[in-house]
Amino acid sequence: MITVKELTRKYARITAVNHISFSVAKGQIVGFLGPNGAGKTTTMRMLTCFLPPTSGTATVAGFDVLEQSLEVRKHIGYLPESPPLYQDMETTDYLRFVGRLKGMAGAELEKRVDYVMGRCAVTDVKTRLLGKLSKGYRQRVGLAQAIIHNPDVLVLDEPTAGLDPKQINETRALIKDLAGEHTIILSTHILSEVEQTCEQVIIINKGEVVATDSVVNLQARARGVETVVLEVAAAPGAVLDAAQVQQRLSQVPGVAQVLVKGRRDGAAVFETESRKGELKRGDLARAVIEAGWDLNEMRPEAMSLEEIFLRLTGSEAAMEPEVRLEEGSPGEAAAQPEIAAAEKEPQA
Amino acid sequence: MRNIWIIFAKEMKSYFSSPVAYILLTMFAVIFGFFFWNMVGFFVIQGAEMMASGQMGQMNVNEQVIRPLLGNASVLGLFFIPMITMRLFAEEKRNGTIELLATSPVRDIEIILGKWLAAVGLYACMLLFTAISFAFLFHYGNPDWKPLAVGYLGLLLQAGGLLAVGTFISTLTRNQIIAGAATFGVCLMLWVFAWVSGYDSSTWATVLSYLSVVTHFDSFGKGLIESKDAVYYLTVIFLGLFFTARSMESLRWRS
Repeated sequence: MITVKELTRKYARITAVNHISFSVAKGQIVGFLGPNGAGKTTTMRMLTCFLPPTSGTATVAGFDVLEQSLEVRKHIGYLPESPPLYQDMETTDYLRFVGRLKGMAGAELEKRVDYVMGRCAVTDVKTRLLGKLSKGYRQRVGLAQAIIHNPDVLVLDEPTAGLDPKQINETRALIKDLAGEHTIILSTHILSEVEQTCEQVIIINKGEVVATDSVVNLQARARGVETVVLEVAAAPGAVLDAAQVQQRLSQVPGVAQVLVKGRRDGAAVFETESRKGELKRGDLARAVIEAGWDLNEMRPEAMSLEEIFLRLTGSEAAMEPEVRLEEGSPGEAAAQPEIAAAEKEPQA
Repeated sequence: MRNIWIIFAKEMKSYFSSPVAYILLTMFAVIFGFFFWNMVGFFVIQGAEMMASGQMGQMNVNEQVIRPLLGNASVLGLFFIPMITMRLFAEEKRNGTIELLATSPVRDIEIILGKWLAAVGLYACMLLFTAISFAFLFHYGNPDWKPLAVGYLGLLLQAGGLLAVGTFISTLTRNQIIAGAATFGVCLMLWVFAWVSGYDSSTWATVLSYLSVVTHFDSFGKGLIESKDAVYYLTVIFLGLFFTARSMESLRWRS
């Protein structure tokens, strides 16, 4: 339904979106996840034909966003970060106006307006001025506006931003409910939102796609995998053969994978992955010692979804584990969430 | 065509569902009413004096009342036009609704024409109030209607040009006050350019006075449709809308 190839968007100096590619199948609900300023809004604006791409192509419902912009716009419903509401219009009038803009008219339009108002639970404010609505209602009218013409594709930019917890739940339920009829792509910087509403997730950082996976896989990675980090040194005077250590470690029962994470004089850092509960750490230690090496450090590393996310999108240290491990200060891991939170999205 | 109408209807509704239209219409009606009362009063006194002194001068309602009044309306319009156009795009940009318009299956030019026509529509409503005053002249006197019709055409053309310029300026900012003030400045400049030709006849003065919107209204006020003046107004309309379209396009590229 959506195919994006090498899409790039540059502003005067910065590259907001850098050669990203992904595709979304029909009927899927995809989360576009990334810290603030990662390029989520810019990508969505290109998909909805608000911004033309600097290079690359994107097709929505089989139409090119640049060449067949008007066709794309007919097939897309868009809820920008702040709902595009006219303060001095009443809900019904507003939905009628948007419906007409999207090419609807007459009895069909009236029916559809009634339907989306019911669907988005805004019927009780149908004669209120939009400027006087609460944030939750504004967001729902925004959603109603996006689905008024029953578009194939729904693009929702941070649909739950600024809502209270109850409204967030209601909005998520509504989005899930809509998933059957539309292909949905929604952006967020909240992980649990992706977990709860999406099937597929695209993680984006600094304008680049860093991971595309199903939410189930990501969760499996987060919940089912145990990681142990080991620093192994050669016996005094000997030279350490990292490959040999790697091979030895992978023979330990329960170890699924061993990665070499870094080296420094006479020692190397390894990371073993195993299914939860299948590995005895003692076996690992014994294997190292019995082979005649020194075990300088061994610590378990649990990977939460947060951590996967931070590793994929976060600071330099998180992106390149070698660096982090060599410096090895535990304080750094704690500092990571701040980095993601501190980045403010520049107003495009 | 349909899309232009949809935008036009929405803009008109927006003018009339807020106090904007009513305040503009009332102020215009009051000020124009004052001009009318003044002009007719002067005309009547002049007539009475001529009768008293026994002179047999020519008294002409068209020349002595309608023509100056149309000139007044033309200048008065300069003050109201910024207030009509300032919100057109600035408000959409501030509210974020421009994203809705720009991602709907509607061409930019349809949005622009719809908005501009709505602005012209509101101006035409203001002119309706002048028609009430003129109706009195037709009731009590027997003026020629043709110069008046041409005068109205000239007013609409002149306003159309300035409204197009105002629409363009409104696309440049998200602040209505800035849009309004800048448009007002441009309107005033285009008015006062005409004054230069009063004391100077160099090439520059001729060019400046040609640029002035007011000089081109003279012929319409007299009831003449001069092609050079009509062409001037049509050019201003075209350029205003053309730059608006360019500006909307660059909005997409820059924003």
